[in-house]
Amino acid sequence: MKYVVIALLAAATGTQAQTIAITGGTVYPVSGPKIEHGTVIIRDGKIAAVGANVSVPAGAQTIDATGKWVTPGLINSATQLGVEEVQAVSSTSDERASGENGVAASFRVIDGFNPLSTLIQPARNDGITSVVDIPQSGGVIFGQAGFVDLASSEMIVRSSAAMVGQFGNTSAGFGRRGGGPEGYTRGEMAARLRELFDDVKTYAANKAAYDRAQSRPLSASRADLEALIPVVEGRLPLIMFVDRASDINEAMAITKAYGVKLIVGGGAEAWEVAPALAAAKIPVLTGALDNIPNSFEQLGQRHDNIALLRKAGVNVALIGNGGEEDGSPFNVRNIRQEAGTSVAFGLSWDEALKAITLAPAEIFGVADRVGSLQAGRDGNVVVWSGDPFEFSTQAVAVFVRGQQVKAPSRQDLLMERYKTLPRPTYRGP
Amino acid sequence: MHRLPMVVLCALAACTPAPAQVKTGPEPAKPDTTTTAKATESKPGPGALSVPNADPYPSTYRPFPSKTTVIKNATILTAAGPTIQNGSILMRDGKIIAVGASVDAPGDAVVIDGTGKYVTPGIIDVHSHMGDYPAPGVDANSDGNEATDPTTPYVWAEHSVWPQDPQFARSISGGVTTIQVLPGSANLIGGRSAILKVVPARTVQEMKFPGAKYGMKMACGENPKRVYAQRGPSTRMGNMAGYRKAWIAAEEYRRSWDKWNADHKGEPPKRDLGLETLAEVLRGNILVQMHCYRADEMAQIIDMSHEFGYHVRAFHHCVECYKIGDLLAKENIGAAGWADWGMFKMEAEDAVRGNLALVDHAGAKAMIHSDDPQGNQRLNQEVAKAMSAGAAIGIPVSEDQAVKWMTINPAWALGLDDKIGSLEANKDADVVLWSSDPFSVYAHAEKVWIDGAMLYDRSDPAHRWRTDFDLGYVPAEAGR
Repeated sequence: MKYVVIALLAAATGTQAQTIAITGGTVYPVSGPKIEHGTVIIRDGKIAAVGANVSVPAGAQTIDATGKWVTPGLINSATQLGVEEVQAVSSTSDERASGENGVAASFRVIDGFNPLSTLIQPARNDGITSVVDIPQSGGVIFGQAGFVDLASSEMIVRSSAAMVGQFGNTSAGFGRRGGGPEGYTRGEMAARLRELFDDVKTYAANKAAYDRAQSRPLSASRADLEALIPVVEGRLPLIMFVDRASDINEAMAITKAYGVKLIVGGGAEAWEVAPALAAAKIPVLTGALDNIPNSFEQLGQRHDNIALLRKAGVNVALIGNGGEEDGSPFNVRNIRQEAGTSVAFGLSWDEALKAITLAPAEIFGVADRVGSLQAGRDGNVVVWSGDPFEFSTQAVAVFVRGQQVKAPSRQDLLMERYKTLPRPTYRGP
Repeated sequence: MHRLPMVVLCALAACTPAPAQVKTGPEPAKPDTTTTAKATESKPGPGALSVPNADPYPSTYRPFPSKTTVIKNATILTAAGPTIQNGSILMRDGKIIAVGASVDAPGDAVVIDGTGKYVTPGIIDVHSHMGDYPAPGVDANSDGNEATDPTTPYVWAEHSVWPQDPQFARSISGGVTTIQVLPGSANLIGGRSAILKVVPARTVQEMKFPGAKYGMKMACGENPKRVYAQRGPSTRMGNMAGYRKAWIAAEEYRRSWDKWNADHKGEPPKRDLGLETLAEVLRGNILVQMHCYRADEMAQIIDMSHEFGYHVRAFHHCVECYKIGDLLAKENIGAAGWADWGMFKMEAEDAVRGNLALVDHAGAKAMIHSDDPQGNQRLNQEVAKAMSAGAAIGIPVSEDQAVKWMTINPAWALGLDDKIGSLEANKDADVVLWSSDPFSVYAHAEKVWIDGAMLYDRSDPAHRWRTDFDLGYVPAEAGR
């Protein structure tokens, strides 16, 4: 019933300009210290003011957040939300490209994005307001990741937020899937990457000759070479899913040689090379839930990886590494559990919140829009009944660009239907 | 410094003496060739016959050395009644002696102050593949699915268990004390399960829960029909026909052996390893643990169980249990599920986080399970998710009730609820001390006792078990 009212309210207000005042809550702007009894004003989809002494404009829709916690919308930086509905049904799974010769750089996973995926609403209802959609393994270069706001319209923020690939026989870099490109040894992968980057540079410098077919043979398609130009020019970061410490070192060496901006994904043993990562200012996307030597690349896998990395000064963002289905689009929301677990294993609470808000926003170049509660940022705001990392906490109100997006999910409708047995109501809505 | 490994050696050397030593005492044993020859010639091993409750691979588990221990001033979730605030629990000789507002602690007891902390029974996971699918996941050690025939009741999960799987050592750090290792779900009938204590061991026999009944794995739906699409079954109706054929053969087998075992007249019937397991199910000596997602399929399986006169003990992965909670309650079938795995295949499409809360609300026995070595370490958190989902739909679940989902209810599913799963006098002292409320994301299992022996202590490296595999491969500080 509560859901229905909220849904109607959202529908009634639609996209019209409006002012929302969230008052009395403990506000965590992330970009600054927490504010007791703070107010957040959202106007026309943007945050207009955040502070303890902010007056509520006349006519504002007021949400009393007394006793509640207010944070930026949460970001899960490695998902397949919207590009994978039922994993085992191939017609609903658009997260990978076959590529050629280990390279699928021109593949933009976001081209398959379905804004009507039933898995988006459960994520929103748990306070996730942005995700990074990452292509899945298919060689050394998987394709391009996209940054998405879980808004009611115009969800795609950046179709290409990073290039994605892997090094070493990464077996479980993120989520459930993985598996190194069959047939490649480490040396072959390194050789392939160097060949590829050389060819991209050659192509970029000789496009006209290439188009006249006066170029030496290049090892990737024109579309793939084109897609990799911003990578070798250091404008688009390359997320390499890589776990073993020695493989991380090798990935750092190769990318450094070509001026590629590296982001380490997975990074099971990143803690072993933390000082080097910190010195090179290479961010790491990793989780806190895994402590199992799942493969010979992950022998040093540990819960406190992220805490150790942060301690060494590495910029980190949390992603799901809970294994099996914990990394699935159904469980984008479990980034809250990752954050709580990272705190249980040594990260400070503030750092954990940053690792699922501002840190990924910075890593993916969208910190001017999302990730913190500051005037001028998008109105991605969540009001929580308590500590957002606790299981007992509910997201009371969720705004994306100033619009309430909390509404019943397909799962909510099923639960409502079967709450009363033996004969559930099979009628509408 | 390395107390735990010492304990392991002691338990093995002292507690399982070789038969020759038993007979001859300290004198060097002389091989008695005549006796040996005579035994093999005149009397075949018990494997020649099909006897109910045969136990050819018996448990050699012995509790580890324990100290009389009292935990005081803790919040105790007993799984047998209301929460005891500021309560105490006394363990001695492997058993729980007393639980209550106060207990009479003997002078020699180790006293642990539980102020601000919680105590629960050891967590029980009815669905694991640890040991059969060990870490690291390499083909050479992938021993969980005998996917060579759709009906393999003849395989036993224990024969695949690698006791040095590093996942076992991490399991206890999540407060888990007993697990059921099941064959995988490729097959209609997958084989026997192994009920194991989560303890360091050289052999699987040393991990086997003494006196536990075997379980038998069965699987519904997509997995068997996908794996055997080429040879069949390739449809759900093919799946049903496959089970029914097996039960028909099993009933005939049971009848002929029960008759022969009663009168010993004539030649014994021919022994069949697979039918023997099925016959034991029909006799009620083995508990059926069935992987089944969809509500409508579970209802058909229940009809089949009536057709052949057996009982399904628990449905596992039953993401749609919430649709038939009333039926499960009526049939006294356990509902084992995850908190939030869903949508990875069509039969998981209707997964809801409130599943266990709804099932519990309908009066059926709800329980959490993992099917995953990571989820296994945080079953308390998975329960917390299901509680939260329940609260969100107006079905609040108390901690007293929710703790049962990971303790006494799974103990019941294994037929061990008279021994483990709750904190009551005379039960096995499988106990977890939590740093705070176990349903908080911040809680750690601080200390874990199995049969009264402290086998895990988060604050003491000497009480953190490292498997053979961990040594040298896994940095010491990482293996926790």
